[in-house]
Amino acid sequence: MKNKLFHVSRRPAMPWWKSLLIRVIAIALALVVCAVVTMLFTGENPLNVFSAMISGSFGTSRKIWATLQGIAILLCVSLAVTPAFRMRFWNVGGEGQILMGGLACAACMIYFGEVVPNWVLILMMTVSAVVAGAIWGGIPAIFKAKWNTNETLFTLMMNYIATQLVAYFCNIWDKKGSGIVGVINPTTEAGWFPVLGGQRYLLNVIIVAILVVFVYIYLNYSKHGYELTVVGESEKTARYVGIKVEKVIVRTMLLSGALCGVAGLLLVGGTDHSISTTIAGGRGFTAVMVSWLAKFNPVVMIVTSFILVFLERGSSDITSRFGLNKSFSDILTGIILFFIIGSEFFINYRIDLVHNTEKEAK
Amino acid sequence: MKKILAIALCAIMVIGVLAGCSSQPASNDNASSTPANNDTPATNDTPATNDAPVDRDAAVVFDNSSEMLDASAATADKLAGVKVGFITLHDENSTYDKNFIDAAKAACEELGVEYIIKSNVPEGSECFDTAEELIDEGCNVVFADSFGHEDFMIQAAKAHADVMFAHATGTKAHTENLANYHNAFATIYEGRYLAGVAAGMKLNEMIANGEFTADEAKMGYVGAFPYAEVKSGYTSFFLGARSVCPTVTMEVTFTNSWYDEALEKEAANKLINRGCKLISQHADSMGAPTACETAGVPDVSYNGSTVAACPNTFIVSSRINWVPFYKNMIVAQATGQKLSADWTGTLGNGAVELSEINDKAAAAGTAEKLEEVKAALIAGNTKVWDTSTFTVGGQALTSYKADVNDWGDFTGETESIVDGAFAESVYRSAPSFDIDIDGITNIDA
Repeated sequence: MKNKLFHVSRRPAMPWWKSLLIRVIAIALALVVCAVVTMLFTGENPLNVFSAMISGSFGTSRKIWATLQGIAILLCVSLAVTPAFRMRFWNVGGEGQILMGGLACAACMIYFGEVVPNWVLILMMTVSAVVAGAIWGGIPAIFKAKWNTNETLFTLMMNYIATQLVAYFCNIWDKKGSGIVGVINPTTEAGWFPVLGGQRYLLNVIIVAILVVFVYIYLNYSKHGYELTVVGESEKTARYVGIKVEKVIVRTMLLSGALCGVAGLLLVGGTDHSISTTIAGGRGFTAVMVSWLAKFNPVVMIVTSFILVFLERGSSDITSRFGLNKSFSDILTGIILFFIIGSEFFINYRIDLVHNTEKEAK
Repeated sequence: MKKILAIALCAIMVIGVLAGCSSQPASNDNASSTPANNDTPATNDTPATNDAPVDRDAAVVFDNSSEMLDASAATADKLAGVKVGFITLHDENSTYDKNFIDAAKAACEELGVEYIIKSNVPEGSECFDTAEELIDEGCNVVFADSFGHEDFMIQAAKAHADVMFAHATGTKAHTENLANYHNAFATIYEGRYLAGVAAGMKLNEMIANGEFTADEAKMGYVGAFPYAEVKSGYTSFFLGARSVCPTVTMEVTFTNSWYDEALEKEAANKLINRGCKLISQHADSMGAPTACETAGVPDVSYNGSTVAACPNTFIVSSRINWVPFYKNMIVAQATGQKLSADWTGTLGNGAVELSEINDKAAAAGTAEKLEEVKAALIAGNTKVWDTSTFTVGGQALTSYKADVNDWGDFTGETESIVDGAFAESVYRSAPSFDIDIDGITNIDA
């Protein structure tokens, strides 16, 4: 027997309030550590650090809207990857699927901007973004279904192809040669989504709210949702009860990719009116965490995506308020995520100190 | 399968209808505003867009100045009302951005003005968001440093008429005609030309030492993107070198990125392997200079001295000193003096600078020669863009229409050969020289 100090074992299910408490404590601890680290670098009073954190998301009405927009897009991507995750298909290709959706959408705006009426253009953008995202999600799914390739690696690699495709088209579309597309159709505003109630982010928020309901119903009350859950629990069981596993895999990934395409559409057509390799901004990966932390429940995902956006905006505000390099906000975000993920470990496992006698018995 | 199709279609329709419905009023707006659709200075009543370019060019007013505003009017209490936000593409690790960041700190601290620097802002709508964040934090002057930021700065300028926006290297201030949006650049071609003279002298020295023959005098240039700013830069560098070393030729390769250390290093090595005897670059990392140091090939740098990392090969570097423009911008905001749409820094007003010459690598007598050429440039006796010094396709250039008015049409409209020289940074501050001259080979083409 090795002289182990700890013994890790799986916990029985915890009452909900207890797991919630652990998570809250983890976030509180993360904030304390962030405050201490910031104090060490800047000598600021920790209360100032926390107030910067809150003002980052809620300081002005513009910041509140920017926070809502951040939540909406992150939530959209999280909703997209969730059906695949429920099926235990690790789609880490959200980034690429968003980019392809955005690219298709931008292509429509550039090539048909002055050719077709605006509503036709927006319809074309929508369809092409959805189809492009679905194709990008569908390719790894077909390979998984037919040849059982590793979907994590496959979807990850598809991200790089998508990034390079976007870079390639940016170089084609920018004839000046600096590789930056800039604002598309700045004077005609062709293909720009309408601004509802004077708030340029409101439409995105509404669309994503509808998607939450759609994905919730799809996962919990549709036959497809049931089938993909069974496939996720046990492929053998699924085959035994007559579910066509290959079909379910491809179908679910088409949906997953299509929803990522919608995120690309909202970014390019809805708010940015531009395309670049950075539009996805790492959300394809952050969404993995949002979805996991919410245990794949679309409604809980509203809360988890809020937490992540809040923390990210807060740490960026701390960085600029105290005149630190942008890398510092990445450090703070990293600290917070470390605590959040760590708390999941303590919720699922218990740790007992191994008694010293065992060591002596050796 | 049918069901999923149905659901997917429903989703598309919901979004489509939603977007479609609400886009109805928007498209009506467009329709009703068609006569005023050209918010460019053009006053063209006919909706036919084909006629528009001619008219809008005629209506453009060039407003480019190199003047320094009267700083004495900017008293401490007036300056207290100014807060500047700086947006940079990368951080201090990039020589390009470091040059802006250092100048920002120097200018603001000298004038006692509050400032915020936001680094690592990509050339996308993140720039617009960052500009708004800076305004939220009380900035009334916002400056961005990278070419691709321009569209988003203009977007922000339109949304915040009470805030002054300034953008380095941009091209659209004179055509956008916004009172609160300005472009700035410098006649860095003068600095490049001087650096080219230093390079030519080094080549002459190496020829004299018998390291290679005059016919083998070939330079290599690592460029970022093949567009006017970079082309103008390497052409002036080349002309400077050829003014002292008549047999020199140059090979150019592009990385298609402003900052990619590995690519730039690789590009420099490629050029060295092709027989280039001296390297220069217009890309922002230490990639090319360090490749030169390793290979022992002399290097003319950009944006600041790289002598610390390359003590044996660094010759000299040209750079834009942004302090004069920053001061102008701050004084204009504090005192209400008018800042021109375009501002061009020069050797004369201190915005174009050469670094210290590294005597270990530079040819003997470089410093004296550079002083002499610099004086001639300032006096106007030497013209960098003198058309008698270069040919295009074997012919002397007598007429060239450059794309000075950037409507997104990528066609030249402004006659830029004036009095036997190319009128660079005359109509607007940003370079517009995008001609491939004889003697320079693009090895990527």
